[in-house]
Amino acid sequence: MSAIAVSVARPPLWRRLVGFNLLTGIIGAIIGYAIGSIVGHAIHAPSLDSFDDIGQNDIAIILGYLFGVIGFLVGLGFANYPIKRMLGHPPTLAEHEDVGEGVGRYFTLCTDHKVVAMQYLVGIGVFFFIGGLNAMLIRTELLQPNTHVFGANQYLTLVGMHGSMMMGMMTSGILGPFANWVVPPMIGARRMAFPRLESFTFWLLMAAGVALVTAIFFGGFQTGWTGYQPLGDQNTAGYDAYIVFFALVGASMTLLGLNIAVTIISMRAPGMTWTRLPIFCWAVLATCALMFLAAPMLIAALAMGAMDRTVQTVFYVPSVGGSAYLFQNLFWVFGHPEVYIVAIPGFGIVLELLPVFARKPLWGYRLAVSGMLGVGLLSFFVWQHHLFVSGINADLRPFYMLSTELISLPTGFTFLCFMGTLWRGRIRFTVPMLFCLAWAFNFLFGGISGVFLSDVPSDVTTHGSFFSMAHFHYTIMGGLVFTFFAAIYYWVPKMTGFNLNERLGKIHFWTMFLAFNSTFAPLFALGFMGMPRRAVTYNPSFQFLNDWASVSAFILGLSMLVFLYNVVWSLLIRREPAPANPWNSKSPEWQLPTPVPVYDFARTPVFDPDPYPYGVETVPARAPVAAPAGGTA
Amino acid sequence: MAPEVKEPNHFLRIVVWWLVVSVIGTALVVFVLGPGLPPGNGSVEASGQVADNTVLMAISVPVAAAVLVYLVYALIVFREREPDVIVDGPPIRGNASIQLWWLVATTVIVLFLAGYGSIRLLADGSGGGQGPSPIATPAASKADPPLQVQVIGQQWSFTYRYPSYGGVETQHLELPANTLVELHVTSLDVIHSFWAYQLGVKADANPGVDNIAYVTTKGPLQFNIRCAELCGVWHGYMFDTGRVVDKSAFASWIHGEQAHAAPVAKSLPPYSKTYFPDPQRRGG
Repeated sequence: MSAIAVSVARPPLWRRLVGFNLLTGIIGAIIGYAIGSIVGHAIHAPSLDSFDDIGQNDIAIILGYLFGVIGFLVGLGFANYPIKRMLGHPPTLAEHEDVGEGVGRYFTLCTDHKVVAMQYLVGIGVFFFIGGLNAMLIRTELLQPNTHVFGANQYLTLVGMHGSMMMGMMTSGILGPFANWVVPPMIGARRMAFPRLESFTFWLLMAAGVALVTAIFFGGFQTGWTGYQPLGDQNTAGYDAYIVFFALVGASMTLLGLNIAVTIISMRAPGMTWTRLPIFCWAVLATCALMFLAAPMLIAALAMGAMDRTVQTVFYVPSVGGSAYLFQNLFWVFGHPEVYIVAIPGFGIVLELLPVFARKPLWGYRLAVSGMLGVGLLSFFVWQHHLFVSGINADLRPFYMLSTELISLPTGFTFLCFMGTLWRGRIRFTVPMLFCLAWAFNFLFGGISGVFLSDVPSDVTTHGSFFSMAHFHYTIMGGLVFTFFAAIYYWVPKMTGFNLNERLGKIHFWTMFLAFNSTFAPLFALGFMGMPRRAVTYNPSFQFLNDWASVSAFILGLSMLVFLYNVVWSLLIRREPAPANPWNSKSPEWQLPTPVPVYDFARTPVFDPDPYPYGVETVPARAPVAAPAGGTA
Repeated sequence: MAPEVKEPNHFLRIVVWWLVVSVIGTALVVFVLGPGLPPGNGSVEASGQVADNTVLMAISVPVAAAVLVYLVYALIVFREREPDVIVDGPPIRGNASIQLWWLVATTVIVLFLAGYGSIRLLADGSGGGQGPSPIATPAASKADPPLQVQVIGQQWSFTYRYPSYGGVETQHLELPANTLVELHVTSLDVIHSFWAYQLGVKADANPGVDNIAYVTTKGPLQFNIRCAELCGVWHGYMFDTGRVVDKSAFASWIHGEQAHAAPVAKSLPPYSKTYFPDPQRRGG
């Protein structure tokens, strides 16, 4: 464990503080913001602003953000390698992997996929908790039918922050931490295809999250996470932060998707053919394809919005030839694949963990793969179901109704494989398994409520109501967040080397599962009764159900505190070393020793034909040999 | 180890349980929940939506029951009874005929749902906004021209104009009973959505777009109007109450409105399908 620290001479303290790390990144960001802001003011004085001088120069703000992000990345050291290469230094892969074992490496550009995964897990976790706190505040406001805690403006900012935080930061919630950690050992690679890019996507995402939070300094934004135009065009400068946030998230997603997809396609070990790939890798691959195909559309749509706000183009201004439909249309071309970007990794987690805890091979491997790819493919052909009553392409509604409902076929494959794997298994109710089982329950109701929204006559009432809100919370929170926790409880003992407390885990699960259903099931009824989304007021007759949902939501929040307590207690205080394979999993990553050496394997492992050899008498020798301590690349 | 016990017929048991749950559940949904489903019977289109929702519910129940009954059965019967010893289950990797039948069953359900929804939609538009040139027009509109009413969304209220009554603009929506109404929904600034809950009408109000929705009113009733698309700070306060009244009461109301609005009628812009106000200005 300490061999690496021995083999690599530890630099002195001043060198570690002065080197490229988060601190220099923040300094770089501040300098960059100042430069951008000055340049922006030089280009365009505030007094030229179309209506009045409100002291907010959008060009200065957007340039400030962009230069700030560049300064942040340069401060973190992302410019070093390109500059060195341009100066003629030889290419190298390892310069940031041998950074010792201290906590410091988590605050730097580190190309070890395990470090980046932990960075992702903690970083995304922080923003997940901020987003969850926003939800608590939203539910506090909705305790009464009229405003009583926040004003209308703050309420909408909270709604927008919650939505953007969850839909932006959590899109990488499984791919960032778990695909980055697990995919290389699963396919027999020592690293990602582009390790620097891997670190880049993480720091870009963190910059995005901070940019979103800073929106509150510019008056927030009142557009929700969808940011429809021309409302966004009308918004105060907080919307600039929203644009920068989502554009950075889009860039991070595109690069993350490309990096992992290339890794899975081209870095599989000998013998790891497509039909032997663990199902989680297939889910990740399908998600990656959606990421790098859909996210650029978002960046384009937002760039046009940014130009409308800064250099007075009129893409989205209807009165002078633009179109309000254009943004809606472009946003959902991205937005619908986006919701599957958050759903498919959940399918992968569930089908990957189920064989371990039912002690059976995955039932219907090819069906599961085709289900994930089918969902991914179809998700590009359904986006206008978000615009059923908008009047755009009304004649195409029967087509979008059909294509949307067709998605239930490949989703049904996932359910069939789920049910088939349980058949005559020996089901062990561990904490990760409980979260996977909850996924089936939640996603079942999420999926069935989706049929109501995909059916145009029914959608006329349910569209834009709490019904659709409950629907996507059942699919995203019930689908993504539950599997996110399943993955945490399952893989964190390997990732950190320490056990999570099982008893606390079960308390967390049961409070979360019951409170989740108690929170969101009444919202279906509220939507049916006519409560619109994102409205700070509601009909007083809805108060009982709203109060019920709010109290349940607070219990849901408490369950997260149980989880937080578990993490702090188990990983930081008690630190009970985890065995190498506590779940008796036969998956390759569990055959590595705990803690995992920097370069994972000594030799590239050779894989046998069976990805899930449960119930098979002769378990072939598939255990990869761990890298020697202090290994070389 | 206990002597080998004959494995019970799990499949048969699950099917029996599923049948029981489905029959009871579907009956409850159709006969108990069905009449109370939204949005009620305020208009012909709303009644159509209730029927549609009932059909969807009735189909959902057996589907949900299949998964839930299986899950409950599997978790009880297939649970590990001796968790201290790791024993693997049988290596079953799939079953082609089950996969095929699953595919057939889900395809049939999906095609039925899409077909049924399309037929219902194309019959009368189901009260949804369908753009400037609707194809799903109610049959009655061909024989008898419907009453046109324009709905104008702006931050943060709806106003209404009646082109067949000289384009008079009103602050509230009143509609005659038992009449086919053609709603022309548009906006002056950002995207709103006109949602008349009890009438089963929802149509987005887009600036520069004439979004048409049909509704066939029934008897007199009060209905709630809300904006269903986030439209800015006071979105939550953009609501109103409309009324469906007898034809004679409607005639006297609209003439009263015309008389009331006569002084300002000249300063109103002439009736138009869409309006282009000044280009967007930055608000606070």
